[in-house]
Amino acid sequence: MSILSITNLRLRRGDREILRGVNASVAAGELVALMGLSGGGKTTVLRCVAALETFEDGAIDVGGVVLRPGPQPPRATIRELRTRVGMVFQLHYLFEHLSVLDNVTLAPTQVAHLPRAEAEQRALELLETLGVAHRRNALPRELSGGEAQRVAIARAMAMEPPLLLMDEPTASLDPARRGELGETLVQLTGAGRTLVVTTHDDDFARDFATRVVILAEGEVVEEGDPRQVLTNPQHEATKRLLQSARVR
Amino acid sequence: MRRIALLAILLASAANAQQPIFRWGGDAEGGAPFVEADPNDPSKLRGFDVEVAEQIAKGLGKRPEFVQVSFSDIDQSVQRGDFEIGMSGVEDTPPRRRMLAATIPYFEFHEVLTMRAEDRGKFSTLAALRGRRIGTLGGTIAYERVLAAEKSDGVICVSYDDDVHPYADLRAGRLDAVLLDNIIAVRSMRRVPGLWTEPNPVATGHYIGVLATGNTALRDRINEILRARMRDGTLESIYRKWGIWDRYQPAFFASVLNENAPKKPAETVAATKQIDIVLRYIPALLRASLITIVLSCAAMALAVFAGVFIASGRVYGNPLVRALLTIYVEVVRGTPVLLQLFVLYYGLSSVIRLPAFIAALLGLGLNYAAYESEIYRGALEAVPRGQLEAARTLGLTESQVLRLVRGPQAFRIALAPMTNDFVALLKDSSLVSVITVIELTKQTSIFAANIGSWVIPGILCAALYLVLSLPLSRLAGRLEDRWRAATE
Repeated sequence: MSILSITNLRLRRGDREILRGVNASVAAGELVALMGLSGGGKTTVLRCVAALETFEDGAIDVGGVVLRPGPQPPRATIRELRTRVGMVFQLHYLFEHLSVLDNVTLAPTQVAHLPRAEAEQRALELLETLGVAHRRNALPRELSGGEAQRVAIARAMAMEPPLLLMDEPTASLDPARRGELGETLVQLTGAGRTLVVTTHDDDFARDFATRVVILAEGEVVEEGDPRQVLTNPQHEATKRLLQSARVR
Repeated sequence: MRRIALLAILLASAANAQQPIFRWGGDAEGGAPFVEADPNDPSKLRGFDVEVAEQIAKGLGKRPEFVQVSFSDIDQSVQRGDFEIGMSGVEDTPPRRRMLAATIPYFEFHEVLTMRAEDRGKFSTLAALRGRRIGTLGGTIAYERVLAAEKSDGVICVSYDDDVHPYADLRAGRLDAVLLDNIIAVRSMRRVPGLWTEPNPVATGHYIGVLATGNTALRDRINEILRARMRDGTLESIYRKWGIWDRYQPAFFASVLNENAPKKPAETVAATKQIDIVLRYIPALLRASLITIVLSCAAMALAVFAGVFIASGRVYGNPLVRALLTIYVEVVRGTPVLLQLFVLYYGLSSVIRLPAFIAALLGLGLNYAAYESEIYRGALEAVPRGQLEAARTLGLTESQVLRLVRGPQAFRIALAPMTNDFVALLKDSSLVSVITVIELTKQTSIFAANIGSWVIPGILCAALYLVLSLPLSRLAGRLEDRWRAATE
């Protein structure tokens, strides 16, 4: 059963056509790696699904909540969408003025109206699972990149969205940390979560993703089993992507 | 023809240039009959003080030249040598005699009570005005007299920086009486209808000329000239021309001419030791500091509150709201706060009669609100977009994003400029003395006028401002540190 389906998504900013008819579908429990060279539109696709961008054509269906072209969707639609989609940003965007614990409890107390004690209890459990509970009183600027990322995951997970979007989570991690992150994400899908992750890192995709989708020049050019697609690329864009990864 | 006229002008100006200049200082804002711009030729001056100065210059064989100076600064200005003599309704007081070289008195005036015509006969003495508001010009004998009556008779003293607005406020009902020099009262009754002046004077005083302390030789020559012009009737004819020759002057002239020593000045302030006067003023300065701090805090609270609304409106509002708020901010920032205070207090008095303190609070608060709103708007826009998007994806509504994420982060950005503004407001609060609120700076200048020196009052005043502003800066600094410090 598909939890996310994107149909013919088109988006332009000024003269530039950024997405030229993206089609993709994600089933519940999948860990999809969305790959492509920089400027290919990966992040834009995630932002459209999180309703942070409006688009010109097509449709996005998140478990029955449908986003359509045009200006900001109605408030009720947005509210409904927020309960289904969580997002972890590449630069984390932790709330600078709040401690780690307060970052994680803000939405549960203010949006879901959980009692403070209960929200803290659950936040601590999440931080424990992610291995950053000891940093609960730190401010975001005092965290390392890896710690900040795990806090950002905990913050998004605290609202228990069925679908979690992650933008370039591997970008700032060394190989050992990348492995840890992969294990964590696989655990999350095991617990019934669905993940869509943009990445440049084909090793990461090969090791942890259930499926890979290659995006180039605003279109999906290839998709399928990561081992197959990344070992035996069919499309020029995929080959270039793998080459650039080798050079790096 | 033209060439001849030109030659004549050149010759005349050459003759003028040869004649030495006698500079005299006064305040043309004081108006007729003292000194005013000639309505027929505003580049020329007229008034009885102008003519007395001309007589003195003539006696010295010099050409008079007028130097404009604010009435309250005449003493300081003559002392630092801006002109040889200061004389436009300058009163004979003990501190003046102590600090400066004073001429013999050349005119006798009387402090008289003016009231609304319907109160005629009701307030013939200061004592009859218990609990009532009496307006007067700050730093004058009349002011000292009313201040004394505040203690002895329970009247309320309201101090002005000029002698026009007290009568306007009397007519408007903000005051119950005005105590000022009789010639000012007569002139004002012509200007403002429906007033009546009690004929029996409350006090008597004299106008003198003042020269710098060491300038006694010139002072003595001027005294001789003044005596001569009293004797030969020149002063009488000048006073008659300006309609100020009255039944008191002949006796006054006679007493001046009969005495060799300068006439004893009006004793409104008992001659006391300097240190006693300083000590006597300290409670008044502390009270004035309290007014300054209360006014500044209340005005800042208003500015912050209104500023937050204006900034939110400019960031989140629809185009009409944004346009209106932009106009407000630009108009307020583009015009002097002094003008805004005048408009609020005097300009609006026909529509709504605001008490002086409220007008001061509104004027400063609404003025600073414009500046605060710009700080907050800048701070709101400086919060990174990612912070807002992160909050939105968590399901926070726009108002929650503002309240829980954007606002708190913007506040941290705005804190330092806000502290600056508060300290600036503390000092700008001295402007409200123009609408009769006596705060720290005004009290200091009254103090200085009374002891005839700025040294001690200036140091005390500066110390009090620092005591008020330093804790603010410290507090803000500590808050900033707390938000910036690592809490590991």
